[in-house]
Amino acid sequence: MPLTFKGGIHPPDKKELAKDKAIRIAQAPKQVVIPLSQHIGAPCKPAVSIGQQVKKGEVVGAPQGFVSSPVHSSVSGKVISIGDFPLATGRMTPSVVIENDFQEEWTTLRDNPDYLSLPADQLKEKVKDAGIVGMGGAAFPTHVKLSPPKEKPIDVLIINGAECEPYLTADYRLMIERPQDVIEGTKVLMKILGVAKAFIGIENNKPDAIEILTRAASGSPEIKVCGLEVKYPQGAEKMLIKAAANREVPPRALPMDVGVVVQNIGTTIAVYEAARFGKPLIDRVVTVSGESINEPSNLMVKIGTLVSELITECGGFKTGAAKVISGGPMMGFAMYDLNVPVTKGTSGILALPEEGLVHVDDYGPCIRCGRCLNACAMGLMPSMLSVLSEKGFYEEAKEYGLFDCFECGSCTFVCPSKRPIVQFVRLAKSMVKP
Amino acid sequence: MSDQDISQVKKGGAMAAEIKDDSKLIVSVSPHLRSEESTSRIMWSVNAALLPATIMSVYFFGPSAAMVLAVSIVAALLSEYLYEKALNKKITISDGSAFLTGLLLGLNLPSSVPFYIPVVGSVVAVALTKQLFGGLGFNVFNPALLGRAFLLLSFPKLMTIWKAPTAAFIAMDAKTTATPLGILKEEGMNRLLEIFGNKLNLYVDLLFGNRAGSLGETSAFALLIGAAFLLYRGYITWHIPVSFLGSAAIVAWIFGGQGALFAGDPILHLLSGGIILGAFFMATDYVTCPTVLMGQVIFGIGCGCLTMLIRIKGGYPEGVMFAILIMNCFSPLIDRGFRSKVFGAVKVKEAKQ
Repeated sequence: MPLTFKGGIHPPDKKELAKDKAIRIAQAPKQVVIPLSQHIGAPCKPAVSIGQQVKKGEVVGAPQGFVSSPVHSSVSGKVISIGDFPLATGRMTPSVVIENDFQEEWTTLRDNPDYLSLPADQLKEKVKDAGIVGMGGAAFPTHVKLSPPKEKPIDVLIINGAECEPYLTADYRLMIERPQDVIEGTKVLMKILGVAKAFIGIENNKPDAIEILTRAASGSPEIKVCGLEVKYPQGAEKMLIKAAANREVPPRALPMDVGVVVQNIGTTIAVYEAARFGKPLIDRVVTVSGESINEPSNLMVKIGTLVSELITECGGFKTGAAKVISGGPMMGFAMYDLNVPVTKGTSGILALPEEGLVHVDDYGPCIRCGRCLNACAMGLMPSMLSVLSEKGFYEEAKEYGLFDCFECGSCTFVCPSKRPIVQFVRLAKSMVKP
Repeated sequence: MSDQDISQVKKGGAMAAEIKDDSKLIVSVSPHLRSEESTSRIMWSVNAALLPATIMSVYFFGPSAAMVLAVSIVAALLSEYLYEKALNKKITISDGSAFLTGLLLGLNLPSSVPFYIPVVGSVVAVALTKQLFGGLGFNVFNPALLGRAFLLLSFPKLMTIWKAPTAAFIAMDAKTTATPLGILKEEGMNRLLEIFGNKLNLYVDLLFGNRAGSLGETSAFALLIGAAFLLYRGYITWHIPVSFLGSAAIVAWIFGGQGALFAGDPILHLLSGGIILGAFFMATDYVTCPTVLMGQVIFGIGCGCLTMLIRIKGGYPEGVMFAILIMNCFSPLIDRGFRSKVFGAVKVKEAKQ
């Protein structure tokens, strides 16, 4: 029996477009736009001024408060502007623009091969200073996740290698190209959390990744690699915890309430690099893919590189490109402007043709077929949520678990009437308090 | 996006200002992938699943059967079209649901009815039962069944003249006879056996449809072929048919015998009347049955028990139609009572205790 959860869907995975493309370092951009808020929590305060020279890895935004995370320059060069620039979501965000001098001059990086003997507090401090956030998309500051309150003891760490979003192959490439770094990062995280057991959950459609990581972990019996059923949203925290550790996170609770912390593959490698070299999070792997991209690729991209440059680097669009998505096709954002920077949470850039796209205003009434009920991983009744929200009964929608929905989009995927169910849920959520 | 735009984006890259206008990109909310399933594909598939039963009905009852079905379907489509036209709504006749209502209504009529019967039935089914309540998705009752109920109550005589199956396309003047359930009710099991020879003959004739009855309900075999297709494609699940037929069989076995308990003939009851048509094609109507699977089981059991209550104790020989219509009323209530279980919710209760 493969490990899994109840519900879920099987969208076409489309990973064959980019899965065999080795990670390639993207061309250095002439300038980078580094948003001061790339994470959930308080935005950073600019730590540089216009005209100032900065080195690669230098702090350009200082965190404010505990739930926040510093941002660093991904190039060496000169600060040419500080102001509001749009993100992929369309939101204007204070950002620092740095002109690249192509000197690649680092702030001091020091290799400390003995990093695992450092005390947990020091390791955690390194993670915090490196500005590491969840790289799966949510971008929650990692050091906060690694600081559970005393009354909530953690006994299991789960590394999320499910990568259940179609098209995306960034984590997959990292797993097969840098398995040892994943294992080392896992050990660092285990040390920080003081846990004796870790699972690396990988969907069974990546058998080579499972095999390579199992081999890499062979000397570490405390790390177990487990194959998970291929099903969306297998990589959602609660679903992953159910599948890998067989624990159910109660509604509105956090993984730490069942003694679990989940970290993404990219994050785990960033943690390793921070612990060993003191390297801040200034680049990440981005899958550039989709039917309308000429050369699907997995690129190692400097944070702050504009999306339009990545598209150029991947041979540009094919004729008929209609939609560009930041993130995966199930939960990502359609972009209206390609001149937005890659942030710490950008896992993919997808260009899709118009055929197959469903226009949102073209939907029918709910025929109560129940497909969404069976698809919902949270056990909700999306049909009721959508109908209640459509008619303006937002308070009533709360009784149907409105705020338990994490907007994975499974219901909307299966809906034969093509109703924008997730959007109805978002609307209702914005109209009432939890 | 034109080639010019692409080249613009290509050279764009470094300077933000160069490609300010991405207005040709489509921006919409996630998810950006959708399954291929659509409402009209489901509806047309159900229509296709009724094809074997439709063919059998024409085979057994001749051209008059084809006439009834055609009139019923055309009237249903026209009702939908005219209603939507009159109210300036989007015309939805191509989604297959009005066609399905017409087809199901026709399959629920005797072959002998005059042409205005299916017309009246379709108008009641589509215009009153479905459109007046808001159209597809909003109706409380199964449209075809309410249309038929209206006809049965308004034209009781015309609706109960059953032709004997002739299994010949040209025979125009078949004898009238009673349905097996009618005979069972009025004259008892022995008379039924007398007519069909022996029990095995009776079962075989019921299975293949060589008996009097509504057009589509006679051939259990043809209906089951269509039902298997729907189950295979996942358009219906086992919950309603199994609970419907299972509970009816149990009640038939316990109370269906004459004089003694546990002496009934469940096979006879399952193969005769409209129970197979009802269990697989009518009770499973998405709009009018509960959506939660546990609720569907309750719904099916309700349908099965009510069907047998009417068959054994009621004034009509057949009770499938009223059973489903009565249970339709309870669907919203059942859905409210059997809400799906939120992920992790049970653990919360345990933790509190």
